[in-house]
Amino acid sequence: MNKTRNSLLTIAAIVVFFIFLWYASTHFNKYSIRIMNDVAIFMMLAVSYNLINGVTGQFSLEPNGFTAIGAYVSSLLTLTVAQKHAMFIIVPMIHPFDTWHLPFLAALIVGGLVTSVIAFVLAFPVFRVRGDYLAIVTLGFGIVIRVFSTNAISLTNGALGLKGISESTNLWWSWGWAVFSIIIIMRLVNSGYGRAMKAIRDDEDAAIAMGINSLKIKMIAFITSAFFEGVAGGLLAHLITTISPTLFTFFLTFNLLIIIVVGGLGSMTGSIIATVMVVWGSELLRVVDQPMHIFSITIPGVPGMRMILFSVLLIATMIFAREGIMGQREFSWNSFFNMFRARKQR
Amino acid sequence: MNFTEVIQQLVNGISLGSLYGLVAIGYTMIYGVLRLINFAHGDVMMVGTYIALFAVTTFLLPWWAAFILAMVLTAFLGIAIDTIAYKPLRKASRISSLITAIGVSFLLENLFLVLFGGVPKAFPIPKIFAGNFNVGGVILPVVNIFAPILALVFLFILLQLLHHTKYGMAMRSLSLDIETTRLMGVNVDAVISLVFAIGSALAAAGGIMWALKYPSLNPLMGILPGLKAFAAAVLGGIGDVAGAAIGGFIIGISEILVVALFPELAGYKDALAFLILILVLLFKPTGIMGKNLGGRF
Repeated sequence: MNKTRNSLLTIAAIVVFFIFLWYASTHFNKYSIRIMNDVAIFMMLAVSYNLINGVTGQFSLEPNGFTAIGAYVSSLLTLTVAQKHAMFIIVPMIHPFDTWHLPFLAALIVGGLVTSVIAFVLAFPVFRVRGDYLAIVTLGFGIVIRVFSTNAISLTNGALGLKGISESTNLWWSWGWAVFSIIIIMRLVNSGYGRAMKAIRDDEDAAIAMGINSLKIKMIAFITSAFFEGVAGGLLAHLITTISPTLFTFFLTFNLLIIIVVGGLGSMTGSIIATVMVVWGSELLRVVDQPMHIFSITIPGVPGMRMILFSVLLIATMIFAREGIMGQREFSWNSFFNMFRARKQR
Repeated sequence: MNFTEVIQQLVNGISLGSLYGLVAIGYTMIYGVLRLINFAHGDVMMVGTYIALFAVTTFLLPWWAAFILAMVLTAFLGIAIDTIAYKPLRKASRISSLITAIGVSFLLENLFLVLFGGVPKAFPIPKIFAGNFNVGGVILPVVNIFAPILALVFLFILLQLLHHTKYGMAMRSLSLDIETTRLMGVNVDAVISLVFAIGSALAAAGGIMWALKYPSLNPLMGILPGLKAFAAAVLGGIGDVAGAAIGGFIIGISEILVVALFPELAGYKDALAFLILILVLLFKPTGIMGKNLGGRF
């Protein structure tokens, strides 16, 4: 009975949330809507990033490279043929690609699939040997993507980047994908595959001894992450409408790392909470970079101070509060109701 | 390409490779002992270069004193990073210290960005390194001769230390099994500090050579050489000091040769080390020197 009750409650919560979205999209100002879109895309990224880092325990630094691929592929597909001919002024685009045009949803999915294929090519040599190298390979891949998108002018328009991308991402698209990715990833984590992933995280040798195909499980986690990160990249590109090689810096990965660490490695609930905190918080923390006036004393602003605070926050969390907000626990309706019951008894 | 050009390019490649090798030694030693990819290593190199810059320009030290001072101070920075950021996490899961390493790397980069700005600073080249040698019509910059010699001297000293002293024996033993080494009465923490000190000092030496070759410093200059040096360490066989130097030479030479032979690929040269890394992992994961450090398969 609890199971039906819980799924009904989940559905109800999602419905209530989308009614709130409808209210937001008609009543909120542009700035708030932009932040809500950012939160949705970051939530999607954080949950998929947590799948490989937190649940499977394979340290990876891929999000900036993978969102770049998703963004480029989907934007190149949604740009009209005329736009592409007008934009590629240095070198015309390679032939078959310049005639392709897809609707938004199809372009997003193709972006996600291309990212998954690249994830497979990258991760196969790494997981076959030693998971340790995944971090450095994905970190290097972020740089290679920048090198490639700057130099392969006939495919990416080089340093000029792509502009005039249709502004298709709205609250429905971003939150629709965010909720969809959270549901899919939660179902994956709670399935047999998810338990195998956690087993690999806790003790890989023991997991292999139990008959778990560690290469296959790690690949599933990484490729699923890659798919959603590619789609998120596409959503991001269609939100800001202009992309260039310098947009997808390591700072994006670093932000996500802070989110999943603060939320608790391995806890999707933690990632969701921490996304809201960090995206909102970094908007609020902009004051640190600007001059401050406290009791008529002016403290000159130090641009870049936020980054230092973030790095110290990450190191301090790792040393002093490794559990983060949620540890490895998840939100569930049962514990939610138990909380109330416990209070009543007191 | 005629003969003189080939020689010039080769010497250029060897000198670039010796820089990668110097940085790679630090990576390989730290990985060998702690199984930790020290992401901050490239940034430690950057810090060493900045120390040398300020020693020469602000404190007006002679170049040799500045370089030695930079190596010593960077060694202490390495020890400090280990003590503050990595030591509390020795018993935690491996992913914790990797995350902290990324945090330290980001902290150093952004601290230097805030302190000294993102505008590249010119590195004053001492007169002794400024000229060119002319060997029978082949023109070779002094730095390109000096860097490989210095790298080989450091490598020789380090190999002597590793194989003929008690500390070296302790380090080699740590890379096999930390707990057993501790039971043998070795002061494990002191030896790990020494490893960080040596690695960081060599990174500073590499950074200074880098600055003599490309005299423009900025807080993000350590990222790319750091990554390439790691690729060199894996190529040479991670955990092996001589292998790291060999890997560095191979990556340096191939990078220069690719640009010399195929000028149209020059923009992609930063991706080459990465490609080599992937290929090594696919076909010879243990690297040239063929050690297998507790890895699976």
